[in-house]
Amino acid sequence: MLKEALQKNLDYEELANCMRCGFCQPACPTFRETGYEAASPRGRIALMKAVADGVMEPDQDFVDQMNLCLGCRACEPVCPAGVPYGQLIEQTREAIEQVQEHPWYVRLVRKTAFTHLFPHQRRLNLLGGLLGFYQRSGLQTAVRKLGVLNILPKQMREMEAIMPDASAKSLTDRLGATVIPAVGERKRRVGMFHGCIMDVLFQDTNINTVRLLAEAGCEVVIAPDQVCCGALHAHSGEREAAKSLARKNIAAFQEAEVDLIISNAGGCGALLQEYDHLLHDDPEWQEQAKWFAARVKDVSEVLTMSAEPQAWDPLPQRVTYQSSCHLRNGMKVTKEPVNLLQSIPGATYVPLKEGDRCCGSAGIYNLVQPEMAGSLLDEKMGHVAATQADILVTSNPGCLLQMKAGIKRAGLEDRMEAVHLVDLLARVQKKEAN
Amino acid sequence: MLSDAIKAELRAIVGEKNCLDRQEALVAYSYDATPMQQALPDAVVMPASTAEVQKVVQVAARHQIPIVTRGAGSNLCGGTVPVGGGIVMSLHRMNQIVEIDEQNLTITVQPGVRTVDIHQAVEAKGLFYPPDPGSMVISTIGGNIALNSGGLRGLKYGTTKDYVLGLEAVLPNGEVIRTGGKLMKDVAGYDLTKLWVGSEGTLAIITEAILKLIPKPTTQRVMLAMYADMEQAARSVSDIIANRIIPGTLEFLDQGTIRVVEDFKQIGLPTDVAAILLIGQDGEAQIVDRDMERIAEICQKNQAVQIKVAKTDEEADEVMTARRSALAALSRMRPTTILEDATVPRAQIAPMVAAIQEITDRFGLNICTFGHAGDGNLHPTCMTDARDHEEIERVEQAFEEIFAAAIDLGGTITGEHGVGIVKAPYLEWKVGAAGMEVMKGIKRAFDPHNLLNPGKMFAKESRNRVVVNRA
Repeated sequence: MLKEALQKNLDYEELANCMRCGFCQPACPTFRETGYEAASPRGRIALMKAVADGVMEPDQDFVDQMNLCLGCRACEPVCPAGVPYGQLIEQTREAIEQVQEHPWYVRLVRKTAFTHLFPHQRRLNLLGGLLGFYQRSGLQTAVRKLGVLNILPKQMREMEAIMPDASAKSLTDRLGATVIPAVGERKRRVGMFHGCIMDVLFQDTNINTVRLLAEAGCEVVIAPDQVCCGALHAHSGEREAAKSLARKNIAAFQEAEVDLIISNAGGCGALLQEYDHLLHDDPEWQEQAKWFAARVKDVSEVLTMSAEPQAWDPLPQRVTYQSSCHLRNGMKVTKEPVNLLQSIPGATYVPLKEGDRCCGSAGIYNLVQPEMAGSLLDEKMGHVAATQADILVTSNPGCLLQMKAGIKRAGLEDRMEAVHLVDLLARVQKKEAN
Repeated sequence: MLSDAIKAELRAIVGEKNCLDRQEALVAYSYDATPMQQALPDAVVMPASTAEVQKVVQVAARHQIPIVTRGAGSNLCGGTVPVGGGIVMSLHRMNQIVEIDEQNLTITVQPGVRTVDIHQAVEAKGLFYPPDPGSMVISTIGGNIALNSGGLRGLKYGTTKDYVLGLEAVLPNGEVIRTGGKLMKDVAGYDLTKLWVGSEGTLAIITEAILKLIPKPTTQRVMLAMYADMEQAARSVSDIIANRIIPGTLEFLDQGTIRVVEDFKQIGLPTDVAAILLIGQDGEAQIVDRDMERIAEICQKNQAVQIKVAKTDEEADEVMTARRSALAALSRMRPTTILEDATVPRAQIAPMVAAIQEITDRFGLNICTFGHAGDGNLHPTCMTDARDHEEIERVEQAFEEIFAAAIDLGGTITGEHGVGIVKAPYLEWKVGAAGMEVMKGIKRAFDPHNLLNPGKMFAKESRNRVVVNRA
């Protein structure tokens, strides 16, 4: 039963550490949207604790409230008591998942995605190939013209419309090597974490990341046995699956003997950095997990590490930045992306009002909670429009897709584009460097 | 329990979505920021207008149902915990700034507006609403008024009561009345405005407020002064005031707090000093500079071992970090953090800190003290664990002695957090038996059936305690 599963899963010490000051509430998107106590981190923790204490039966309202959480973790940096809310919500979702009876089609989708797809990069690339065929064969155009997509919910239609071109090839195929030498003096040997979705839908971003890293003096290794980071699994209550992926990644990068492990997706990086916590009850893997977690960095951190800043070509445009929640609240990377944008000559950096607030993408949240995600996105696009920027920069694939969808939805396509930080930097990379 | 018929009446007033009795809602509105206080209401009602509040009160009055009015639930006295069950009425939907009047320098607000939103709205116009309780990023103005909230600027600018000019409120019998107005002078009858400020939702439900604004100071500067001896820090405080300087901020951290903050933040605070004063001044640049110079001299004269005057905004930020991190640093030590607010005349700060230390040691507890030195409002903060019943018993005894010590020094049991549930047993120590009778009489006059926030302010007889004779 859910009650027992929750009582077993939840870390009671951390529940007790919440002192209910409420300082998390202004940071919480769902609280701000509703004003409803239960839809806030303090409220959700109180509900978890009430179940753990046996005061409350975890009914459907409880489950719905836990699912309404974006998991953006904006509540963590503002918590005086340092309660790891992200862990608590994952423990809760894991318990819900353990007992949840899904309808057959949801079971099928989950099983396909979490067991048969994300853990297998080759299958993902194959799927990418099919998607690429759909996009390039004229099928996509035909399907759109026929209005077939109108049977899909609005949110999914919006996503289909902005889906980037998928790649069927693997990253190493396209780079033609598994080790890319540093340009100039080798300062460090880094492992490129290419991600699963990232490597299918945003492979150019991965290629650009490798090039920028090499330019910054990194010898870049593409560890061949790496797999999906497991974040989508962990956030969806599939913790055991996430652990198994973590073990594979740790082994893959230890084998590669790297100084640092580089992520260009905040959502992946935050979980990679928490592998030590994910495997905390696995004594066999504890040490290796710590080794791994301590080495994880976002690409923006490495690019700002070098003593002599990189020289960029001038870019006479206005740029603004929407933070990735897990990059900001999980990896605690806040200044580096902005510093990089400000280092581009000629570019005018305009701060985005509430650029530290979740865009509503949140993994697959925008698909399962379209109403809340949509209202967060509309609010976001209002602030984006106010910057009058030409380029909206972000640092995570989910956010990037959501921002592309948002730009279309707000009718701003003619005025601005959404770009991954790495792709923008590649655009202004000194031409002689290539 | 509320009958289905009563719930239907309430739903007809506020709408289906805004009258909740599902388990999730009852749990979520069963607590506030006070440790170890929780009680389930029978329903949560979220009205959007004065008219809706009035109708809800009329239903409650007809059926004799208690109403606990609530804003953000950030108070520390159990003020919004529905100990008598009934209806929790959350006013978060009444969150509009009605008007900023630049001719009369007033702002008119609904009770659900956050304190920080008032700050931002008026400061954008070069105006200033000084009260800044520690919870201002979440607290609502309705809650601030109900508890007469203070904050860091209390010494120079006063507290919430000094800025409330007029109120609209729903009485327990369902009548709506207005008091005061955009008036600096108004002596027409009893001052109901001031009576309601700090009445903790026991007399009336505030549905609108007119607040006084002042021009925003143009310059702000801060400094830190560190002392090897608590007495010297306390003397500096008295000397600054005696020299006719009223600082905008005059905060204090004791050694325990300094050590915990340094451990947590590593900002280079010396952990061997007995006390740190954080002193800020605001106003016209010239006057601020002159005051800061004189304050530094006074601190020097009182053997401050180190003085750091912030020269830039970044330095000011660093200086403020020590104070801002105090609660976070302390609350990470143990699961339960009990933050009290015993207050003494400012000349009694040194003996009060010494008394707290002595009591802490005697009961073998972990209590650190920081707070508003300028107005004598201290925050002895106990790090403990609610699950350890034996320790909690000692904590209660220790705080009882701390309150008694404050009263002996001419102080009070609560400077800014309010009485609520947690201080109710001690209220008589401060106001006396005759004072209690007057207060109870006032309560009866407004709310003869004890429907508004029952169980607050006045302890039930079973919880009454005998005054400790410390003579």
